[in-house]
Amino acid sequence: MGMQSQDIIRRSATNGLTPLPQARSHEQEVAKLIDVSLCTGCKGCQVACSEWNDLRDEVGHNVGVYDNPADLTPETWTVIRFDEREDEAGKLEWLLRKEGCMHCAEPGCLKACPSPGAILQFANGIVDFQSEQCIGCGYCVAGCPFDIPRISKKDNRAYKCTLCADRVAVGQEPACVKTCPTGAISFGSKAEMKDLAATRVEELKGRGHNGAGLYDPAGVGGTHVMYVLTHADQPSLYHRLPDDPHISPVVRGWKEWLKPVGALGFIATLAGAFAHYMGVGANTTDETPPAEPEKELEDAGQGPNDNGRDA
Amino acid sequence: MDNSNLVLRTKLIDRLFHWSMVSCFMLVALSGLSWFFPSLNWLGYVLGPPQLARVLHPFLGIAVFTLLMCMFVRFVHHNLFVRTDLTWFKHIMEVLLNKHGQKLQIGKYNAGQKILFWGIMSLISLLFVSGLMIWRAYFAALFPVPVLRLALLAHSVAGLALILLVIGHIYMGIWVRGSIGGMISGYVSRAWARQHHDRWYEEEIAPTKPLPSKRHG
Repeated sequence: MGMQSQDIIRRSATNGLTPLPQARSHEQEVAKLIDVSLCTGCKGCQVACSEWNDLRDEVGHNVGVYDNPADLTPETWTVIRFDEREDEAGKLEWLLRKEGCMHCAEPGCLKACPSPGAILQFANGIVDFQSEQCIGCGYCVAGCPFDIPRISKKDNRAYKCTLCADRVAVGQEPACVKTCPTGAISFGSKAEMKDLAATRVEELKGRGHNGAGLYDPAGVGGTHVMYVLTHADQPSLYHRLPDDPHISPVVRGWKEWLKPVGALGFIATLAGAFAHYMGVGANTTDETPPAEPEKELEDAGQGPNDNGRDA
Repeated sequence: MDNSNLVLRTKLIDRLFHWSMVSCFMLVALSGLSWFFPSLNWLGYVLGPPQLARVLHPFLGIAVFTLLMCMFVRFVHHNLFVRTDLTWFKHIMEVLLNKHGQKLQIGKYNAGQKILFWGIMSLISLLFVSGLMIWRAYFAALFPVPVLRLALLAHSVAGLALILLVIGHIYMGIWVRGSIGGMISGYVSRAWARQHHDRWYEEEIAPTKPLPSKRHG
């Protein structure tokens, strides 16, 4: 967002030699805390998200579960996931989770993106797609450990939750937070949200949820959307929320290892060719009229010769 | 120029395949590099604005693959390895230092060119398959994300390797005088043919002399 253009800490496809505008880098990190134990699955957050961001997704079909739409789309940036589970005692549990971008401190999408400035990370922790710079290659889809970005068929650009960067920039909380009727979603500084989470986790443990805990995965440097989970020891129960998310080693190999190796390959190849030419000289052909065949051996043995016919 | 001193080395159809492929390849390679090395982002502008380059790159890539497959059919029988290629390998240093006096029994293409041939053909096949898989507009959604990551890595590795091979190929064309002109006109001099491809000259060219070389390339 233009309003936050002075506090960018990471910019896609931009190397570290050119520092980004950071005049306001004293800014506090923000976080959204989603307490799954308080969620009733009303989908008010989905509606608020669509309303604030002016998204009009197609009305879908019931696919046999409550998830609706059935998945994130370019025009649905958050979806409540409904997972049924029987615990060891045979007791049914309904696990709800509001899915959307986690706003990682080390964003895989941003690492993968080849288009300068198409993905920005702001000092407050928000990771935002700049749609007009997006080229629609889909690398962010491969880079994301949470399978969040979606590419629109309408305009071939990637979309996901912005954490309402436009609202946050003017001191408002994200639309989903504002709307949530049960108080399951909170927003504030990351430190405040961690404190709040700690309190909630204590309460949940006191009520017998021994596995309760905060989901702020260290593998991606922590996230700016965090969960309080009743089963924090098994995050994957909540619709395949990764137990230990991190940027894939394949993506790291591609972006961190192959790039310098490739650059060295170019330098070595070009320098080698140039050095060879300087050392050996052009490989020319003696075009003096063909003598008797017996002379061929010697002709071929002659070194560089400027009589040669040029290419 | 005295035509009787020239021999036809590459037919018109093959030269057309080669140079049309080269034109497409340059655009594909430069736009590909613009995404692999984002600091060289400007290279992508050979195909217009970045979004347009992203649209065109895969189509041009298919053109490169198709033209190379045509060339495969036309050239493969000259590029099968034969026993005499060992002679060339044994004298590789002399070849590179331009000091080979003996006949190296080189056929229409030398062993290095054959390696280039098979390298290009295998890398373009890998690029074609991985490129289709990561083609977001049509096929990428058919593959799970971990597979896409491997395809992206494979596409990058193969692309880099192919571009480096092609740089070597271009350099050899510049170094060995007469090759680029030969690939444009189709003709090389008899002396050139004897010097660089002695076995080809003896087996294919010399027996037909004193040929008034045909100009229907």
